[in-house]
Amino acid sequence: MLVVLEDVSKSYQTAEGRLDVLQSIDLSLDAGRSLALTGESGSGKSTLLHLVAGLDHPDAGRITVDGQEIGGLDDKGRATLRRSTVGLVFQQFNLIPSLTVAANLAFHARLAGRFDADWQQRLTKRLGLDQLLTRYPEQLSGGQQQRVAIGRTLAARPKLVLADEPTGNLDEATGDAVMALMLSLVAETGSSLLMVTHSRRLAGQLDRRIHLRSGRIDQTAERTE
Amino acid sequence: MMRRAAMAALLSHWRRRPLQLVMLLLGLSLATALWSGVQAINAEARASYDRAAATLGQDRLDRIVSATGAPITQSAYIALRRAGWLVSPVIEGTLRLGPTRLHLIGIDPLTMPAEGLEADIGRDGDLLAFLTPPGLLYVSAETAERLSGQSLPPLKVTASLLSGIGMTDIGTAQRLLGKPGDISQLIVASEQRQGLPPIEQLAPGLVVKTPDAQGDLARLTDSFHLNLTAFGFLAFAVGLFIVYSAIGLAFEQRRATFRTLRSLGLPATTLTGLLLAELVGFALVAGVAGVLLGYLVGSVLLPGVAATLQGLYGASVPGTLTLRPEWWASGLAIALFGTLAAAAQSLWRVWRMPLLAPAQPRAWARASELGLRLQAVAAIALFATTIVLAVFGSGLVVGFSVLGGLLLGAALLLPVLLAAFLALMQRVTKRPIGEWFWADTRQQLPGLSLALMALLLALSANIGVGTMVSSFRLTFTGWLDQRLAAELYVTARDEAQAADLRGWLAGRVDAVLPIWSVSGEVRGAPAEIFGVADHPTYRNNWPLLASVPDTWDRVAKGTGALINEQLSRRDGLVIGDSLMLPGGWTTTVAGVYSDYGNPLPQVMIGIDALTTHYPDVARLRYGLRLPSDKIDVISEALRERFDLPPENLVDQASLKRRSLDIFEQTFSVTAALNILTLGVAGLAMFASLMTLSTMRLPQLAPIWAMGLTRRQLVLLELARTLVLAAITLLAALPVGLGLAWVLLSVVNVEAFGWKLPMHIFPMDWVRLAALALAASLLSAFIPLRQLAAVAPSDLLRVFANER
Repeated sequence: MLVVLEDVSKSYQTAEGRLDVLQSIDLSLDAGRSLALTGESGSGKSTLLHLVAGLDHPDAGRITVDGQEIGGLDDKGRATLRRSTVGLVFQQFNLIPSLTVAANLAFHARLAGRFDADWQQRLTKRLGLDQLLTRYPEQLSGGQQQRVAIGRTLAARPKLVLADEPTGNLDEATGDAVMALMLSLVAETGSSLLMVTHSRRLAGQLDRRIHLRSGRIDQTAERTE
Repeated sequence: MMRRAAMAALLSHWRRRPLQLVMLLLGLSLATALWSGVQAINAEARASYDRAAATLGQDRLDRIVSATGAPITQSAYIALRRAGWLVSPVIEGTLRLGPTRLHLIGIDPLTMPAEGLEADIGRDGDLLAFLTPPGLLYVSAETAERLSGQSLPPLKVTASLLSGIGMTDIGTAQRLLGKPGDISQLIVASEQRQGLPPIEQLAPGLVVKTPDAQGDLARLTDSFHLNLTAFGFLAFAVGLFIVYSAIGLAFEQRRATFRTLRSLGLPATTLTGLLLAELVGFALVAGVAGVLLGYLVGSVLLPGVAATLQGLYGASVPGTLTLRPEWWASGLAIALFGTLAAAAQSLWRVWRMPLLAPAQPRAWARASELGLRLQAVAAIALFATTIVLAVFGSGLVVGFSVLGGLLLGAALLLPVLLAAFLALMQRVTKRPIGEWFWADTRQQLPGLSLALMALLLALSANIGVGTMVSSFRLTFTGWLDQRLAAELYVTARDEAQAADLRGWLAGRVDAVLPIWSVSGEVRGAPAEIFGVADHPTYRNNWPLLASVPDTWDRVAKGTGALINEQLSRRDGLVIGDSLMLPGGWTTTVAGVYSDYGNPLPQVMIGIDALTTHYPDVARLRYGLRLPSDKIDVISEALRERFDLPPENLVDQASLKRRSLDIFEQTFSVTAALNILTLGVAGLAMFASLMTLSTMRLPQLAPIWAMGLTRRQLVLLELARTLVLAAITLLAALPVGLGLAWVLLSVVNVEAFGWKLPMHIFPMDWVRLAALALAASLLSAFIPLRQLAAVAPSDLLRVFANER
């Protein structure tokens, strides 16, 4: 098992009082497999993703990623986990505005010490970014930016790709194209994918789907071919 | 209604960002305070000069003086009166009462025109006492205190005289000064009969001087005040950087609000008008605070300035500040002007802003790349103009223009150099974090460059002025060693005691060197003429800048005179030129000596020539040469034998200490302004870092998400601040040295009449570097602490989809 969550709960303190975002969540993800998290806004999907990435701490329960229990890691340990094991793709792209497309693509792989020029070149071509390498993020369309974000994550060949609404900012046609490309590249790298999405249609393309409602697992479904 | 709603929306920005508001108001208040504080000092000093210039109506009435500087004779006065000229005699001179000097003015109240007489002097029922022995001596309360116990006519305190001046009847003054029958000048009444015979016919050798509204003191001190004004302006400009930065940022952050207001139907003109009204409101609040703060700054600095003016020019300026209404008005006006100048660009942008302008951080940076090119061109043009001015121009205004051009050019060039350096570093760096670090720093540059420019100005001014002061100190100390060669300096109480003293000293010390001088006009300006004994003390030590092999022989024979550098530069006098001295006799320039700290022309002639041409010269002061082990014994014996007060017997070390104290005092105000300017620059840096830090999270969160710890991010941010401050410091070095050169070789020569060699003091730079880095660290401390304490939930908010 690459990812295991056992009885994980998370709450936030808000102006209205305590808000239970996740309650007693148990789930797991095998290496090389993909899992979609769906649910209404506020159901806890993104929070779950952030917990798995080691960006936030659970209030209770255990999260294990690639055999490491995240709760036992300090700030530095969690940073190492994010750098070497996890790759993140966000809805807002979150590219580095001061770096060119080429530098953005290579950034995470170089940070993880896994930069591979050949793989980077192939990836760039597959993503259709080879003509845009010297541009800056703000000079790209939304679809192009998201392709750079995906390329940045996959260039490092992480064991686990965490994607939070990766096509949420794109129109349907562009979103579908980006999605297809991402799934194919994830399969090619052998990474596991945990993706948050509102779209049941996109979720249907992944191996398994878990639907959250008010911080609890409401439904689990396997992909039917 | 619409305007009120829009204004409320605009003002809500400040409620959410109170620190930004505080920075804006603080920057403006400080800028106003430093400017108006300096202006207050200048105004106070100038008011004193005006009072001095108005004494005896010199600013309104014609005066008759001798063309040669010799006293006017009684017979010339009588000839003029008999011919019908309404003139009134005046004698002026310096009365030495031990260490105390009193500028004594003797008048004739019966013939003095009303404009020339202070209201209460000799006209308040004491006229008879004023005119008849022992007479009355009018002085200020401060002077009265200093003169108590001296054998003088009864003192009468008046508020209309400046400190250090005494006014009495002309007969009494002639007696006290030991110049019976002498007249220094004749005051000419404004109303004269028609058809009077011309003055030159009645009294050849006399000339009429027209009223002098400015006065000698005001002219002499002009350069000093210009120096202060320049520093006040520099501090004001540095303060404006904060204001510009705060306004620019507030406008940038409210771009969305502006767009919304415009799309809701608010015309661009109304929006601009509302923003202008908001700024005027801030300017008035900050202006009032600034004027009050300026009063405080002025009050703290004025005693130092007053002591400097007294020490350098003998000008009497009160040590306390008067709050003048025109000063309030000018303080508020400068605050308003500063705000509008700093906001002009932002207001223009709002007025011209397209409704659908998107916010793009890199677009901002790219737009500023074009700006950088323009800045580089402007900086080069400024430098070229500055060089042309420095080479071909002359005068104090040109000197300050060169300073301004150098500073402004350097400030404009700084972001260009920084951008080039950061781009180079990004290219040569191999590690991803390093590459990101340099690229990100380059992106932050537009937001930080104003603060860095302010820091550059403050650091350059510190290096420049520091180098100038330290060079001056080094030269001055060496010069003092040469000039104060005698081991002891003694002043007799009166001529009889002086004669006793000379007799007693003969055989007890190695040499008794007279320090006798007279005052008079040389080439149309007040000057001092000293007599110098023919002695190795002078031949071996005197700091000559220009000489010939027989300089001292010529001086000893009475055929040559030494002049100080100031006189040489002012009138272009060189060795061999002839020089007319008071009394109408002529000698030849035989050498030029350095004479730092003295604003007046000075001439040295042989002691015999002095006593021959000026037989009435006071012979009270002497320099004594003696072995150092005898100093204490002789001092003690002199004190006991002649009952001399401590001030009348000063050893070389004390005199040097006193001179150095005056020197340090002279530059203490400059040093204080320098530190204040650096403080303001530090504040500008803090304001920029603080405001940038609020926009940093979206840029830092992805890096954090990719595996950097918050601690690493904090350290990188710290490194960024230090790198930028260090580069600015490096850039400030050549600018500061250029500044020092201009100050030493152009401004000082124009302002004071002396040129100083430039010395380099690297340890001072190390100290300044430590101070600058400490200031940068301090300014970065709060933003960094905030970043270190930022919760993961705040960083996660950057990734939140439902924003």
